[in-house]
Amino acid sequence: MGPETLESKQRAAVEEVLKAYPDKAAKNRAKHLGVGGPEDESQKTCGNVRSNKKTVPGVMSQRGCAYAGSKGVVWGPVKDMIHISHGPIGCGQYSRAGRRNYYIGTTGVDTFVTMNFSSDFQEKDIVFGGDKKLAVCFEEIDALFPLNNGITVQSECPIGLIGDDINATSKVYAKKTGKTIVPVNCEGFRGVSQSLGHHIANDTVRDYIFDAEVETLGEEIEATDYDVAIIGDYNIGGDAWSSRILLEEMGLRVVAQWSGDATLKEMAQTPKVKLNLLHCYRSMNYISRHMEKEFGIPWMEYNFFGPTQTIKSLRKIASFFDESIQQKCEEVIAKYQPMVDGVINKYKPRLEGKQVMLFVGGLRPRHVIGAYEDLGMEVIGTGYEFAHDDDYKRTKDEIMRSTVIYDDVNEYELEAFVKKLQPDLVASGIKEKYVFQKMGLPYRQMHSWDYSGPYHGYDGFAIFAKDMDLAINSPVWAHTKAPWDKTEAEA
Amino acid sequence: MQEVENIVNGQKLFQKPEYQKVLADKKMFEGGMGAVNPEKVAEVAEWTKSWDYREKNLAREAITVNPAKACQPLGAVMVALGFENTMPYVHGSHGCVAYFRSYFTRHFKEPTPCVSDSMTEDAAVFGGLVNMKDGLKNCAALYKPDMIMVSTTCMAEVIGDDLYAFAIAAKEEDGGEFLPEEFPITYAHTPSFVGSHITGYDNMMQGALQQLTEGHQGEQTDTINIIPGFETYIGSIRSIKHIAEEFGAHYVMLGDHSDQWDMPAGEYTMFAGGTKIEDARNAINAKATLSLQKYATAKTMKMITKRWKQKESAELNPIGLRGTDEFVMKLAELTGKEVPESLKVERGRLVDAMQDSYPYMHGKKFAIWGDPDFLIGVVGFLLEMGAEPTHVLCHNAPRGWEDEMRALLDTSPAAADCHVWAGKDLWHMRSLLFTEPVDFMIGNSYGKELMRDTGTPLIYIGFPIFDRHHLHRYSISGYDGALNLLTWITNKVLDQLDEETKDIASTDYFFDLVR
Repeated sequence: MGPETLESKQRAAVEEVLKAYPDKAAKNRAKHLGVGGPEDESQKTCGNVRSNKKTVPGVMSQRGCAYAGSKGVVWGPVKDMIHISHGPIGCGQYSRAGRRNYYIGTTGVDTFVTMNFSSDFQEKDIVFGGDKKLAVCFEEIDALFPLNNGITVQSECPIGLIGDDINATSKVYAKKTGKTIVPVNCEGFRGVSQSLGHHIANDTVRDYIFDAEVETLGEEIEATDYDVAIIGDYNIGGDAWSSRILLEEMGLRVVAQWSGDATLKEMAQTPKVKLNLLHCYRSMNYISRHMEKEFGIPWMEYNFFGPTQTIKSLRKIASFFDESIQQKCEEVIAKYQPMVDGVINKYKPRLEGKQVMLFVGGLRPRHVIGAYEDLGMEVIGTGYEFAHDDDYKRTKDEIMRSTVIYDDVNEYELEAFVKKLQPDLVASGIKEKYVFQKMGLPYRQMHSWDYSGPYHGYDGFAIFAKDMDLAINSPVWAHTKAPWDKTEAEA
Repeated sequence: MQEVENIVNGQKLFQKPEYQKVLADKKMFEGGMGAVNPEKVAEVAEWTKSWDYREKNLAREAITVNPAKACQPLGAVMVALGFENTMPYVHGSHGCVAYFRSYFTRHFKEPTPCVSDSMTEDAAVFGGLVNMKDGLKNCAALYKPDMIMVSTTCMAEVIGDDLYAFAIAAKEEDGGEFLPEEFPITYAHTPSFVGSHITGYDNMMQGALQQLTEGHQGEQTDTINIIPGFETYIGSIRSIKHIAEEFGAHYVMLGDHSDQWDMPAGEYTMFAGGTKIEDARNAINAKATLSLQKYATAKTMKMITKRWKQKESAELNPIGLRGTDEFVMKLAELTGKEVPESLKVERGRLVDAMQDSYPYMHGKKFAIWGDPDFLIGVVGFLLEMGAEPTHVLCHNAPRGWEDEMRALLDTSPAAADCHVWAGKDLWHMRSLLFTEPVDFMIGNSYGKELMRDTGTPLIYIGFPIFDRHHLHRYSISGYDGALNLLTWITNKVLDQLDEETKDIASTDYFFDLVR
């Protein structure tokens, strides 16, 4: 099948999907769907799709909320602080320990990431306000978890609606104890997706860590010329660790991880680094830009998925430093090349030509394209849950061929696209996983790495390759057809 | 570095020396107590095991730590998925729906359809009417359900949206294109700051049944309605149907999600199985309604006995031997039939198995947590086996539950050592497991951290279970369900016995081949 045929199929799929909607919704969704072409200069964003707009009501969107963006993504992984889900019980329970933000620590004593702290609002808290309860929460937390290095307050929907003042309550307690207390107004109804939650959370890092006197344990860290911070890596399955090792091998010193396996102190000392390395642009570009403006720290977006992108990124990172680093960078690349060649030789013949459709969040809808291509696979459709225009502009540089682009795709659309385009693998989240597996399609969760990973860096790529092979070439998919089922020709 | 012939994932990758060095070196930047002063961490960790800590922990008034409950709309979504071709629709912000779908999907390993009308700031100010008008229309157009069941998030509840009026307005505006006059839109208010997921189940079930049956009152039939409650064991629903079928009873399962969350591979359909809407409309004319979860259907059953005047209705709990016996006898009474021979044989087989295995459960101390009805059932079974339910914890205990559980435990010879913890959470449980230890825990996946911290073996029975596969496909109700409970618990006791006696030339004299 030539690429032209695929492209016309892609365009037909978009047109067809829109027919199912009532007029108003169809008009809206038409702006979010398109076919991206790498060479098409007329496209301002990939596929000319519009993004970061309100979700059409009544469809099965995969989007989350601002609370999820703050508690679930930015703040939640900071391991030595306690994050209160402030409001009714559900939000904290549903988001507990699902994201696999790996960390090292004694949970419940000096680290708290997989736990769930909730102010468990009752009707009386809604009616009379919850600020007093919040103040007691702070005290009880410090009494029972004395080694916490700070508390954040992650607002759920009601907080902003009932007129509570978590900022004042936090300020009073912070003043009394000298501790870092961070109120975050990330109510779920704010904005259109997780995205605003990232931004709000980034701003609170600025206000309550950078612009405050943060007390931290241990000795002051002397800055060096080779200090960098990893920004926007949530250490899912250990991603930041398999990235960190490469940076250290090339002679850099990683003084902070944001925010997988992060501590308050790491974040507080980041303004002293020489370069910020930004992996998830979407969720942490705000604080990176702030550090650039305020402290003159340059930042660069890098991509550690698949060897082609990893090598490109490593060299670009090295270019910010002196020759010794550039020299070591080449040594690192050379050191891993035989292993990478071995992985590709092993898996590429088993995966070559297979087509993939993606739907994920953050950076992955564009960043993982290269990793699939390193294995000889093609991405024929991709989209983001909560991206903005700048993400879709960047996506254009990553695609190799005509690609269906779907912003905030919902269950109906994704199912229709997959049925029409018949990819060999679908890679998305838990909510969609079993829909496609029912159809007998190989599937990988690309938020949680399907309980495997890490996928970042060279070592992560080997796991990625192995997992994609596992999914596509498992014998289980062949069992769907029973021996007594007739093929179409027989029927 | 990875070896091409032996690629390992994070579990073993990070144990390699080069990564152990990375992790050790990272500590110098961390400033956490574990990095700065590990002795202090050990000291505090030890203190958390003490009676002093237990008392301080139990005195908590404001902060909840590691809860064992969820919020109302989760239960409402379950109700909707128990009706044929019915879309759960949550009026409010869409983040909640993403959470409900993930939560159920992680447990059942099945798709969970549910939509939201994506309310955001403007809806917070002006109300969610526009969202609901568009949302109902779009939902009907795209997914073509036969019914939409509307529940609410706390956002919609705080701003006080009126579901009844909104649903009418949506139909009016649509003018019958996608939402014809007769299209059923049932609704319930499900504020997350009241009760828990079982309250939401109750509210949605009550609302849906009341609205669907309006104007359908007719002559009484010999049908028996059965409401399963917030049932997370697919097999349990099937066990109950099996018993009713053995009686040849005319029954209707009201809210039957057993096929929805257990679809065969082959093709994907959004909805499967479920109570027929027509059957639900006629539920008002049934002879009686049996609830299998009293605390999850309190409001619903009140409506049924008071408004529907189904006087022979009853609340049963068919978990364990006695619970199943009571259910069977109630069916015998309602159908006027003798207990069928097939069920007598099933009962006999269960009792035989209980008598084969009793020495391993007898006298063993258990800690258990979960929903109120689940606990009444499983604790009852533990007592039938001579076990000692030492800590029974119900975070979402409704009024009356504590007394009922206490009365149940008082039938045990070990009553004095059996404690009831209503409204407590799993961080409380952690203290209790240190100060008053038990042999085994029975609970959901959240028990995993308790297992790690206290060393108490965990038997996975409950909801949610994310990290063990397929248990939800089994039954814990009926005689066959009791046999599953017996098998899981007994074999975990035996696994643990082997674990404790496997040291070579030390304890392995007791590593018996035959037990």
